[in-house]
Amino acid sequence: MQKDHPQPGKRLLRSKVNGRWREDAVAENQLLVDYLREVVRLTGVKIGCDGGECGACTVLLDGEAVPSCITLAIRCDGRAIETIEGLARHGRLDRLQRAFHERLGTQCGFCTPGMIMAAEGLLRRNPRPTEPEIRTALSGNLCRCTGYVKIIESVKAAAEMAP
Amino acid sequence: MSTIAPIKVSNRGVPLIDGIDKVTGRARYTADLDHADALIGRIFRSPVSHGEIVRLDVSKARALAGVVAVVTGQDCPHTYGVLPVAMNEYPLARDRVRYRGEPIAAVAALDAETAARAIDLIELEVRELPAYYTAAASLAPDAVPLHANKPGNLEREVHHDFGDVPAGFAAADIVREARFSCAEVNHAQIEPHACLADYDPLSGRLQMQSVSQVGYYLHLMLARCLEMETSRIRVIKPFIGGGFGARVEVLNFEIITALLARAASGKVLMQLTREENFLTHRARPQTDIRLKLGMRRDGRITGCECEVVQRGGAYAGYGIVTILYAGALLQGIYDIPAIKYDGYRVYTNSPPCGAMRGHGSVNSRHAFECLLDRTARELKLDPFTVRRVNLLHAPTRTMNDLMVNSCGLAECLEKVESASRWRERIGTLPSGKGLGMACSHYVSGAAKPIHWTGEPHAVVNVKLDFDGGVTALTGAADIGQGSSTMVAIAVAETLGIALERIRVISGDSALTPKDNGAYSSRITFMVGNAAIDAAKRVKSILAEAAANKLEARPEDIECVGETFRVGAEGQASLPFADVVKAALVDRGPITVSGTFTCPPEAQGGKHRGGAVGSTMGFSYAAQVVEVSVDEATGKVTVDKVWTALDCGHAINPLAVQGQIEGSVWMGMGQALSEETHYINGLPAHASLLEYHVPTIAESPPIEVAIVESNDPFGPFGAKEASEGALAGFPPAVINAVANAIDIDLDELPATPDRIVDALVERRRQRRVAAARKAAS
Repeated sequence: MQKDHPQPGKRLLRSKVNGRWREDAVAENQLLVDYLREVVRLTGVKIGCDGGECGACTVLLDGEAVPSCITLAIRCDGRAIETIEGLARHGRLDRLQRAFHERLGTQCGFCTPGMIMAAEGLLRRNPRPTEPEIRTALSGNLCRCTGYVKIIESVKAAAEMAP
Repeated sequence: MSTIAPIKVSNRGVPLIDGIDKVTGRARYTADLDHADALIGRIFRSPVSHGEIVRLDVSKARALAGVVAVVTGQDCPHTYGVLPVAMNEYPLARDRVRYRGEPIAAVAALDAETAARAIDLIELEVRELPAYYTAAASLAPDAVPLHANKPGNLEREVHHDFGDVPAGFAAADIVREARFSCAEVNHAQIEPHACLADYDPLSGRLQMQSVSQVGYYLHLMLARCLEMETSRIRVIKPFIGGGFGARVEVLNFEIITALLARAASGKVLMQLTREENFLTHRARPQTDIRLKLGMRRDGRITGCECEVVQRGGAYAGYGIVTILYAGALLQGIYDIPAIKYDGYRVYTNSPPCGAMRGHGSVNSRHAFECLLDRTARELKLDPFTVRRVNLLHAPTRTMNDLMVNSCGLAECLEKVESASRWRERIGTLPSGKGLGMACSHYVSGAAKPIHWTGEPHAVVNVKLDFDGGVTALTGAADIGQGSSTMVAIAVAETLGIALERIRVISGDSALTPKDNGAYSSRITFMVGNAAIDAAKRVKSILAEAAANKLEARPEDIECVGETFRVGAEGQASLPFADVVKAALVDRGPITVSGTFTCPPEAQGGKHRGGAVGSTMGFSYAAQVVEVSVDEATGKVTVDKVWTALDCGHAINPLAVQGQIEGSVWMGMGQALSEETHYINGLPAHASLLEYHVPTIAESPPIEVAIVESNDPFGPFGAKEASEGALAGFPPAVINAVANAIDIDLDELPATPDRIVDALVERRRQRRVAAARKAAS
């Protein structure tokens, strides 16, 4: 904001992002998606809509999938945030990443980070989901390329792999 | 030595070469590019559907602290567009606005909040004109013309008449006619439109990174609208989050952002909201179709008459091509002795339509496949039978002079008939359940390019250097369909080397050869052939170098498993990297160009508009859809889809499957839930909650069979695989609904309200009939 105008107050946000604690001063009205993309520079978190429509911004908050575009950053104080960038460890793809890559669960790739994080949230609470459970868990994540066929195949295949 | 296994990469099924970037979040799309030092752009849009601009005052916006540049129609006196004959649109309106949401002015500011406030400070006075939201209203005799040179608001009419249609109808045992209406649908690619324009006033150069499917068109239009030399412009394609035709045309926001960057002497990031994406859609128009078919008792079609009216929106865009495709692609799939087509593309006060997956063919195919089923039903002919007796046999030329070089539709029909157990199940399903089927086809690239320059239709460069790597350079835009992977496979397969040795650099006007872009499913056929041509040239250079080293003749050299040797059983051998080094001696790093050009005989007929529809290879598809219809709620559920597509040869079967599944599913969205709604020109559908793209919850299993007819001209025999199956889905589902509840629906999409209306109307008619009977 470049001119005299009521400024939202800032507060200190202490959160664990992809395994590392950090502190940032964030505006009270800053959305989690903007904090992650613009401040932490985690651009794997995508914006595909005007708020809560598409799921491309899905991240894990204390292990649970949430749309970061309708979550205030300040609500994440003291909590663990995980994004797509935190999944691959020690130079190895995570099982969902491997399955989505090998089985073409990704085409243009724009919905993929959110889709994978939503699926990761599912597998953590339900390691052997049925197909209807997969469909329910991913029903807030839109994909325009795949028709979802290979996304379901990928999640099923990942569930079969050791975590 | 003879134990070396040959490397086989084609026809095997490989993950995308950029797939790891996508699953790790490393892939950078336009909005992800570094823009820390960029200004933020925002567009001021028309609040009315049709009007003359009386006063536009941007002085308060300009005066706001933090605003660096403001541009209006005064800053660009040039029109832009895709067809050289139909560029009637300014990036920012001048004097007149023709749809609600049309850009009028734009600002670049230090941050998004300031840009938004500046937009609020722009003052606009408009003298409103009558606005027309349907083709019929626009065509009314007293309607105000949207464009002075098009009285009557008719952008283009097409009248094509092939064969003797009256004689065809006279020879028929029955002639049936029906009217169909298909709603406007949008691409709704998940990545919103964005671009990053960087103008350097010191060097006078512009760099544009954008979501374009055709960087070359964007390059040309930037030069035209900014009056810049093309040599001072560089267009780069980042990762692109889907296209489906939305980004084939140059879009107003791209030019506006470049104008802002120049006015601000810097870098401007423009990100359109989802709502603005719907305003900038360029998609499939609302279409009214009147179709008439003549048929003999044995199912042979004797004649076809088709009238198509498209609500095109406020500007020309791709409209002429769309209305031509809608007629041209009535041909090329069945053997019909006479076809008459009348097409009308109409200007209306709604956002301009353009190209969308299955460009122009989808709604005509829908009408045709529905009426074909209904007519056959009256003659008690099975849907498969009626299609089989009318099949086209390749090679042939259609009446409108389209080449058909290969056709695997008969095999597609067999595949889906047996996979769905059609013969055992049709007619035996319980009430409310139904099976339907339909066929479709699409071009593998338009054989005649829109910008006729005399150049080859595709060029791929392949580079060899000291590192022993093989770099393929292509201007073709990978928008998620896997075209860069296809190029890598084509080069690796031709050279007999591992896919991992290939690097593909794509879509950068400073590095890669010009390409006509990702549209009309041209890349596999044209760019694939060019890649093979380039690889063959590289192969002969390497064979010569290996022959020198091994003291043999080049024609005796074989490369198997990245090893060169003399003959299949040769003892002396050289690894690939050593042969590359040998080839570089004296001549240094090597770059060769491979090309592909469609010959003149492939470029369509001599009649006006005859180039549209022409291609070197048609893909063919058949599908069966199984539905459940709930007669209480009107809800149609797709339980299962069986699809077969003839793509000539599957260079990457994994990607081919993915494309077929995706296109069938996109057809499902159009068939069941997707449509736009305007209320006095205001889009009421402009979010992903209101515009109903199917979610994973209601998306059916899709079984795919790949048919390989081995096209004589395709790369390794390949044709397109991304669009052909889409057009078959809507008619297959409507035919399945007819099978389930005996209702023939004439409107798309088949939403619950339309199904319920049809059921209510049927009940009313039955009551009336019963009452009449009782009275008599």
